[in-house]
Amino acid sequence: MTKPFLQVENLKKTFPAPRGEPPLTVFAGVNFSIEKGEFICVIGHSGCGKSTILNIMAGLDQASDGYVFMDGKEIRGTSLDRGVIFQNHSLLPWKSALSNVMFAVKSRWPGWSREKVREHAMKYIAMVGLKGTEDRKPSQLSGGMRQRVGIARAFAIEPKMLLMDEPFGALDALTRGTIQDELLSIWSQAGQTVFMITHDVDEAILLSDRILLMTNGPNASVAEAVQVDIPRPRQRETLFKHERFYQIRNHLVDFLVRRSRELAGTGGGETRTVRLKAVGGDLEDGDGEPSRRRAAGGT
Amino acid sequence: MVTNINLKAAIVSALMLAGLLIVWEASVYTGPGAATGEMSEYEMLTGGAQPDDSGIPAPSAIISHAITELSDPFYDRGTNDKGIGTQLLYSVGRVLTGYGLAVLVAVPLGFVVGMSPVMQKALNPYIQVLRPISPLAWMPLALFIIQDSVKSAIFVIFICSIWPILVNTAFGVASVKRDLLNVARTLELSRLKTAVTVILPAAAPTILTGMRIAIGISWLVIVAAEMLVGGTGIGYYVWNEWNNLDLTSVIFSILMIGVVGMVLDSMLAAATRAVQYAD
Ligand SMILES: Nc1ncnc2c1ncn2[C@@H]1O[C@H](COP(=O)(O)OP(=O)(O)O)[C@@H](O)[C@H]1O
Ligand SMILES: [Mg+2]
Repeated sequence: MTKPFLQVENLKKTFPAPRGEPPLTVFAGVNFSIEKGEFICVIGHSGCGKSTILNIMAGLDQASDGYVFMDGKEIRGTSLDRGVIFQNHSLLPWKSALSNVMFAVKSRWPGWSREKVREHAMKYIAMVGLKGTEDRKPSQLSGGMRQRVGIARAFAIEPKMLLMDEPFGALDALTRGTIQDELLSIWSQAGQTVFMITHDVDEAILLSDRILLMTNGPNASVAEAVQVDIPRPRQRETLFKHERFYQIRNHLVDFLVRRSRELAGTGGGETRTVRLKAVGGDLEDGDGEPSRRRAAGGT
Repeated sequence: MVTNINLKAAIVSALMLAGLLIVWEASVYTGPGAATGEMSEYEMLTGGAQPDDSGIPAPSAIISHAITELSDPFYDRGTNDKGIGTQLLYSVGRVLTGYGLAVLVAVPLGFVVGMSPVMQKALNPYIQVLRPISPLAWMPLALFIIQDSVKSAIFVIFICSIWPILVNTAFGVASVKRDLLNVARTLELSRLKTAVTVILPAAAPTILTGMRIAIGISWLVIVAAEMLVGGTGIGYYVWNEWNNLDLTSVIFSILMIGVVGMVLDSMLAAATRAVQYAD
């Protein structure tokens, strides 16, 4: 058996508390793994530590305990191999859309000529449908366009893995739909591995291969990994007609409404792989390789 | 009906100026100073040597003086007879030298303070104590150590420019958005590259604001410093004309100080606008 592309083992994060109070353990015993080329979404109530996990995977933050391995190597610090799309676009406001993408491309391939950098950046600007507006500053772009520049920037450096923290959270439903489609088409061409946080259940079903469900914090953990076995390519318009759609959706909503609270603070351990049956909607333990089968390491 | 607000403002400005000049001109010819028969107490004290220049000069006299001076601003006929332009150039030169040195020191130092919480805490007490000291209070010490009046004046400009630039740079650098720094980290930029390509442009508007405050203070201080050290410069010139009881020249140079100060400020304002970005 080969090691998974990315592996998170017994991850725990504790923040030192303001004086007098005990320190806050946001999550503990978080275990999951991601295969190369997989699209993974994470769902959980706000404050359960999704962003913190993503930041640790990006190398921007450090875990209090546990490990993250990518390609068999432990993650220490940031890397151009892991592109990050931030929630609020985080473009350099004094640079045009194109310059923002070029800035990233230049740092990825410092030896490239200006022409080559420009050409490469333009390719990704065009891919997210911003050709013609590439010379505008972020302040002259709409929220959706800014987020697209952020996506172009992240994809342009061709990282092995993309980390996205609620990338469409601030967008209206219409724009969000368009960008989701674009993201899917870029992803299917580039074949990158994606780890994405979202609070939108439908978005998660549309995009993911598997959906990680997190219990409420503190002491949150990843309780389940739900398989989304709806064949690709998926269409937003027809997705809801697929027999699995409402099964999965109900399962997710039930988790968010009820079980995330009931399971809260149980301290992690193994992540159950869940595959919903064709009829009925009962749960069944996955017959595939479970993400992690490990003793609980949380507090 | 005038609708343009700029035009309206210009008309009001012009009317106010005209009103002021008329009242001033009239009061010079009808006021107590105009009576030339008796000498005022002050005139008696100063010997009453210049009965024609005894009162506040009329605007017309100042304007005609200004025309003469500005038609040949850069002449130089010895120590006490230099054109207003020459004197202003001396002062501007000193300001720019002291100010330039302050920028070279304060901006990098501000980066260090802004990027490192330890340095911030370590240097803060010094900054807080040194900042409120009037720059002119340094003058005796500077004269003693440097032993050169011109260099001492430049030092005083340096010391008064450094604080606003240092404090603003440190503040601008420290308040660069965490997200932008994270972008730099995910792109694996070196510390130096991050400082130059991300932090500097992000903090530039704040730094330039500090530089604009500093140039204003420098221009205020140079006049007083030159009054103290003498020799050349617009501050010395004003004081010298006062000793000559040439109030026309005094008022004219006051106006010129204002004009040059405005030009310096608008240059920095333009630079600030150039690095400003919309968030
Ligand atoms: N730097 C920090 N110091 C202390 N507590 C923090 C810090 N960052 C996050 N937290 C806490 O950790 C918890 C998880 O935060 P976060 O990962 O942002 O959650 P999510 O993204 O799931 O909404 C929150 O309760 C938050 O208050
Ligand atoms: Mg979050």
